[in-house]
Amino acid sequence: MSPGTQALTIIFGIVALGSSIGFLAAKRGRVNLEEWAVAGRGLGLILVWILLAGETFTTFSVLGISGWVYSKGGPTLYVLVYLALGQIGVFFIGPTLWVLGRKFGMQTLGDFFAQRYGGRMLSATVALAGVVFLIVYLQLQLTGLGIIVEVASFERVGRTPAMLVSTAVVACFVLSSGVRGVVWVSVLKDFLLVAVAVIVGFGLPYINFGGIGPMFTALIKAKPDYLTMPGGTANLTHSWFISTVLVNSLFFTWPHFFGSMYTAKDGDTVRRNSVIMALYVIPLVLIIFAGCTAILICPGLANGDLALLTAVRKTFPPWLLGVIGGAGALTAMVPAAIQILSASTLLAKNVYRPFFAPEISDEGIGSVARFAVGVITVVALYLALNSSTTLVGLLILAYSGVAQFAPGIVLGITSRRVTGKGVLAGLLTGIAVAGFLTFTHRDPFLGLNAGFIGLAFNLLALAAVSSMTPLEPNGFDPPRAVARTPS
Amino acid sequence: MALVPFFGMCFSVPLWDRVAPRVLGLPFNLFWLMAWLVLTPALMSIVYRIERKR
Repeated sequence: MSPGTQALTIIFGIVALGSSIGFLAAKRGRVNLEEWAVAGRGLGLILVWILLAGETFTTFSVLGISGWVYSKGGPTLYVLVYLALGQIGVFFIGPTLWVLGRKFGMQTLGDFFAQRYGGRMLSATVALAGVVFLIVYLQLQLTGLGIIVEVASFERVGRTPAMLVSTAVVACFVLSSGVRGVVWVSVLKDFLLVAVAVIVGFGLPYINFGGIGPMFTALIKAKPDYLTMPGGTANLTHSWFISTVLVNSLFFTWPHFFGSMYTAKDGDTVRRNSVIMALYVIPLVLIIFAGCTAILICPGLANGDLALLTAVRKTFPPWLLGVIGGAGALTAMVPAAIQILSASTLLAKNVYRPFFAPEISDEGIGSVARFAVGVITVVALYLALNSSTTLVGLLILAYSGVAQFAPGIVLGITSRRVTGKGVLAGLLTGIAVAGFLTFTHRDPFLGLNAGFIGLAFNLLALAAVSSMTPLEPNGFDPPRAVARTPS
Repeated sequence: MALVPFFGMCFSVPLWDRVAPRVLGLPFNLFWLMAWLVLTPALMSIVYRIERKR
């Protein structure tokens, strides 16, 4: 067998195994919306850990981090920090969010805003913005998937067919088994991803340089300033680092992360999960080792995202490239599945129902959500196939955009004075400011992350408008009873 | 106590973002962050115990 065929066979085998797990995990019989979107709120510590880890560690963790190390160097370290620090925020507000979720039957981020602030404008705006950000993130997963299959098959399979086939598979198991199927695929994916991180993180430096220490010695000798900030960039400084870490550590506001918290069987599971999550960031350090090796052994690549796979292809036998490619493909498919599921539930529950069909039953919403799966998948696939520079801007905006949901969530459970109009004004201002800075290439602005500046304007607008609008009823009343976490 | 990792990993970045001294063969900044990735869950599990008693 040629190297390409060997690698491809293994990738195909891993993806087929993962997909069959996804199909088999479905509950027998009819799956209602509650089971489909939040697995009946019945998952224990280990499965929730795997689900949340599954969506935090995406193709970006593998290709993106090694690509950033390759092309930018030191600033990449922000990823390790925000993932660990974000969990501390989840520790404190996660259990409260879970309790509220069960009490009011909430399944999505939009449900939270609808319940707390009432009305339909705010929750629909949140849902629509969330769907746009999710679709952009989703197309990133699909593009990553295409790259993996293309490189791992020694260019025998093109990006387009790889993307088409795997996206269809993802959409099918989302439709058939919902979030429970995704969790079980994630078990296989996480196991493989950690194995891959160990193999490339230790293997690449050892085979090429005889160890991690000697590899770093060689790298520091060749590029003395590359591993500290700003590294290979002009403007990613320490102030950029601090502001970016703070903005990104609000990642619990990603609609798919928010929805996944509701799958836990109790609030304590969410909290214990946040304690152990930082340990899962350690495999990413290994990916950084691999990226550093790639700087030395395959210099001059135009696209940093190809760095890891190119280094692996140079160093390891084709079957191992196949294993890494297969793990990488699942690493794209799992988050893609959760993102599709989350975006379609948002569209059906928080946009379609309040505006077009107020009388529709939960069962009807379930059917609309399944139809939305198809629409969202096709849009993301179209964007991934026609990638453009606007899309890169949109992606950067998506990261700083979701952070703008945070004031409405955090103040919503801690303060009675914020109003729906205030939150809406803040949200729109924050997204507009961050969007303006991003699209006019002013990010970072004065050394600060655009999302951070957006967040500052967001809070100002929120405070100003809230103080001018009359006090509104709080959908979570009585507030004392919900602020407590269950024992 | 939960704020400690924020100071250790985020606000203190100018203090630890350098290559020397190398620890275990790693540049100092990578070693420092790896240490915090282990320390943070340890700290948070103590916070968890305290919170549960209340």
